[in-house]
Amino acid sequence: MTDSDSARWEHFEHMADIGVRGFGATPDEAFSQAALALSAVICDPASIRTTEKVEVECEAADLELALADWLNALVYEMSVRGMVFGRFRVDIAHDRLKGIAWGEPVDPLRHRPAVEIKGATYTELKVEREAGGLWRAQCVVDV
Amino acid sequence: MNIDHLEQIDAYTWRLNPETGMHVPAILYGDEALVRAMDDKVLEQAANVARLPGIVQASYAMPDAHWGYGFPIGGVAAFDAAAGGVVSAGGVGFDVSCGVRTLLTGLKRPAVEPVKALLADALYADIPVGLGSHGKIRLDTQGLDAMLKGGARWAVEQGWGEACDLARIEEHGRMEGARPENVSARAKERQRAEMGTLGSGNHYLEVQEVAEIFDAGAAQAFGIAAGDLVVSIHCGSRGLGHQIGTEYLRLMQGAAKQYGIVLPDRELACAPIESEVGQEYLGAMRAAINCALANRQILTHLTRQVFARVLPAARLELLYDVSHNTCKFEEHLVDGERRRLYVHRKGATRAFGPGRPDLPAAFAETGQPVLIGGSMGTASYILAGTSRSEALSFASACHGAGRSMSRHQATRTWQGRQVIDQLAERGILIRSPSYRGVAEEAPGAYKDVHAVVRASDRAGLARLVARLEPIVCIKG
Repeated sequence: MTDSDSARWEHFEHMADIGVRGFGATPDEAFSQAALALSAVICDPASIRTTEKVEVECEAADLELALADWLNALVYEMSVRGMVFGRFRVDIAHDRLKGIAWGEPVDPLRHRPAVEIKGATYTELKVEREAGGLWRAQCVVDV
Repeated sequence: MNIDHLEQIDAYTWRLNPETGMHVPAILYGDEALVRAMDDKVLEQAANVARLPGIVQASYAMPDAHWGYGFPIGGVAAFDAAAGGVVSAGGVGFDVSCGVRTLLTGLKRPAVEPVKALLADALYADIPVGLGSHGKIRLDTQGLDAMLKGGARWAVEQGWGEACDLARIEEHGRMEGARPENVSARAKERQRAEMGTLGSGNHYLEVQEVAEIFDAGAAQAFGIAAGDLVVSIHCGSRGLGHQIGTEYLRLMQGAAKQYGIVLPDRELACAPIESEVGQEYLGAMRAAINCALANRQILTHLTRQVFARVLPAARLELLYDVSHNTCKFEEHLVDGERRRLYVHRKGATRAFGPGRPDLPAAFAETGQPVLIGGSMGTASYILAGTSRSEALSFASACHGAGRSMSRHQATRTWQGRQVIDQLAERGILIRSPSYRGVAEEAPGAYKDVHAVVRASDRAGLARLVARLEPIVCIKG
């Protein structure tokens, strides 16, 4: 699966922490882009070799909680595996999210990680379709 | 912040009288400039906290308050279980029991200056910092549970510290009521390789010089004099605490709904103290407090080992260890009546005044040391708890400067290399795995810590004892 032309990510300002935001043609794509924004809080995603694959699954009553759960699942996997991720795929069906993250063990000299992430919060947590039809998925992460 | 709606009580106290749904007022501490500089969200969040069931007296914001999630960072609120009071994971924060401890060294600067770079390098080599760093300690499940029950006491029993350290730690090194069985396997897994690690972000280990004494009596009781060198360690409960925060915040979404608690903000998710979820969280949170106390204790041991090699004349005695992100069951005087309350301090320091039975004898007349962290190039402060603080804020004070600039703005304004070079010119050596991390944490990205502690002192939350200036900083 390749990302659509509209797929992109960005950070947004928060005084103490940092906001992550993904855009895409579908919620799946917006979630995947939000995860890239999450990685970019730590280091340059382009510096990450996507040689290892990790699968995660979450259940949530609504898309917003699903986004927080997805990002928190990645925070957990990064923490226990000592990895950083540079590519993602998300498949949301009903109240179940299946995600794949590709990455590698963190290399402090090459990745120069700036900060670790404590958790994805519900602050500014939004998953919505914008007027132009594009999906936006965002929240603030605690660093 | 727009202060038009606030009633000014005195030069350092501002009050938002109860509006729709607020059970109590919101009180903000700080001089006019500090309060005006606070984000509007601080007032909105402090007001939202005042809407939670069972809140007592007021919802408070310390002079370093800034926009958090649910509660403002620098938020203090006490709840009465018998009055339907709640406990909130967001009112404690993700980094449970993040805090500061300060060690005396018995050294003056001239003894350290010739080996300063060597000391910085040795500390950086031996203290695991930054993302992906692992400690040398690996705990099995039984070991993890013992640590979660025992805190710093457990660490001392394992050989990481001295028995005399324990009297100089809040809760005497061990939080009672910890329930490791309420901590998920995921949270424990996240901690397995992280004991004795410093973490990243605003966490640090600093060698500091006592630059100024404001209160000679308290300084003497604390064992500090001008020109002394001390070591301060700022860190928390690492992955375990973060995971507990994440999981219980999620669980409390459902609990709040179940108990019919109207949440003005999803981040204010909470549960009645007497509920199953409330009690489970308190048991898990206390285990996370013990994790933080054990972690700071191990880091102290590693620091002592480095000093023993580089500066064998040093004697690293613990002055005190304080926590910032906690909910503690404490007795307080409210309208002349002694009440047992659950006090949330999120990004706020306990500041018990003289005579509190929980304090070591050495602090009986001074009040507890209140350790206020700086940011690499800025001063840190030592204050002392006051009797007045009891009535003002359930005996709480600020915890640091608080950010005044986002991380993005900081990286647009400074480069890490340049920050390190400029600080080196001022005699401050920085060791960090990430230039970007240093830029994000640049001293200029924080509020004026002098103004924050001055406001805390003048408002009566705590009183100034000493100013510390950094000379070496190991930054995560």
